[in-house]
Amino acid sequence: MSAFVNHFSFEFRTGIRNKTLLLLNYLLPLGFYAMMGLIMTEINPGFVETMIPAMVVFAILSGMLLGLPDPLVAAREAGIFRSYKINGVPPFSILVIPALTTILHTAVAAAIITATAPLFFDAPLPVSWPGFVATFLATAFSYAGLGVLIGVISPSSRMTVLWSQLIYLPSMMLGGMMIPHDILPEAMGKVAQLLPATQAMNAFRGLAYDLAADFDPWGSLIVLLASGMLAFGLAIYLFNWDRRNTTQRGHPLLALLALLPYAVGMLLLS
Amino acid sequence: MKDSVIQVRDFSKIYGDVVAVDAISFEVQRGEIFGLLGPNGAGKTSTLESLEGLRTPDGGSLQVMGINPARQSRKLRDVIGVQLQSSGLPDSIRVDEAMKFFSAYHGVAPRYDLLDRLGLAEKRRAQYYQLSAGQQRRLALALAVAHDPPVLLLDEPTAGLDVPSRVELHNLMRELQAAGTTIILATHDMAEAEEMSDRVAILLRGKIAATGTPLELTATGAGLTKVSVHTKSSSLSVPGVTFPAVSQQGLKDEYVIYFSSDIGPTVSAIIAHIEAQEDTLIDLRVERPSLEDRFLEITRTEGTNTGGTQ
Repeated sequence: MSAFVNHFSFEFRTGIRNKTLLLLNYLLPLGFYAMMGLIMTEINPGFVETMIPAMVVFAILSGMLLGLPDPLVAAREAGIFRSYKINGVPPFSILVIPALTTILHTAVAAAIITATAPLFFDAPLPVSWPGFVATFLATAFSYAGLGVLIGVISPSSRMTVLWSQLIYLPSMMLGGMMIPHDILPEAMGKVAQLLPATQAMNAFRGLAYDLAADFDPWGSLIVLLASGMLAFGLAIYLFNWDRRNTTQRGHPLLALLALLPYAVGMLLLS
Repeated sequence: MKDSVIQVRDFSKIYGDVVAVDAISFEVQRGEIFGLLGPNGAGKTSTLESLEGLRTPDGGSLQVMGINPARQSRKLRDVIGVQLQSSGLPDSIRVDEAMKFFSAYHGVAPRYDLLDRLGLAEKRRAQYYQLSAGQQRRLALALAVAHDPPVLLLDEPTAGLDVPSRVELHNLMRELQAAGTTIILATHDMAEAEEMSDRVAILLRGKIAATGTPLELTATGAGLTKVSVHTKSSSLSVPGVTFPAVSQQGLKDEYVIYFSSDIGPTVSAIIAHIEAQEDTLIDLRVERPSLEDRFLEITRTEGTNTGGTQ
């Protein structure tokens, strides 16, 4: 227990000490939030209705997809995992602790957004706090799983950026944060259901804000949780101590299985 | 009765088409410092990493205190301390955090006294990337011994260290040895290996080319004695000057160096030559060949035998 707490404490401090992580955990989401609050609320007054969940999902995207994977790849490349193995640090801790600390950093950023948006931009607070917290945790869990999985399968920092952007950019454009899901063309809307951000925004609308959800919000919550669990399971299964290991337990393409719940959700949720 | 702590039997390691280690065998006794020498690519790191449980052998067997490193990693981590060649620590971790972090995973109290002992007292709050190469290696050593392991595996432990740090590290190694710790020392530094090791194995292209105590190894060479001579007028440097029983000669700094198979006639002839040339002898040293000389001799011989270039 002491080792886990020590490790957690070190990783949490790294999230602030490391300038890149500080940027991705706090400065980027809060800066983007301030910019969107000033610009989008003028251009599209309807944006303010779901401004808090949209900016919270953006904070999650920033921390989990842009911040979480690369340090894992860099640590593996630098031989840090080898040192961890020799000293008894288990793969579970190597993967789960950075995810937990990033979730905690994101929760702080989300709390700042939620506390200040009503004051500065007249954004409405959630009507159901349990629904808000549950959706936040499920979304953070899901994206953390994907972030860790990308860190495990990515052979280099350059590839990490590519894999992360494959989820990050569509999430930003089609995930319901900037453009409401219901105004997307039907086919595009269906494809957008493959994105965690779409499921997250849908769950926030239905479970936290009592707004009309585009599809079953409880289904969205289940899809997020199922994907998160699959992603963490696959990450631990595919974990490699170092790049020079010639033995692999599975092909990296197995990671695509983590998106299976979204595919099922796309077919079943309406 | 001998108490073998590390047993390596017909161990092989292969990467693709490259045989990095080719069926080597050796044993290390309790409390022994065992030097693993060889040029780059000789198989030292593959051997060490397999003993550390980081690599799986492709042939033969390894045991560390009765533990199979490839299969019993949990047991292994309690009995070995490892100083890796590469960094092995996150850039942002502070020196005291690193000690606390690894001690917690080993279930022991942090040994901050080791940081003081290894000259890192003033760097306790520094992050890893802020340390010099020498300080990073000292920290790695402190972390390797913090849980008091009976077996210590050191990969180039003094690379990048200044002289006082190197002396301190050697003193620590001797203390650990006196307390019963078994140490494998992989190094390029022949003087260090000769000074610190009870026995050494010289690895060449994945095979053990020679093994024994440093004295045994130097004695089993070509049996040549090294004679280094420095004179005032450099009368020995004139081309064509030869002496009896000398098989090789060369120049190093201001010394002319001879390798002689019969020291008496060689030295007598050298002195006679200096007097005849009305030169003045400044220094004359007669030394047995060092481990480095023997190492170079072995690598030359093996290179000639196999047509290799190493």
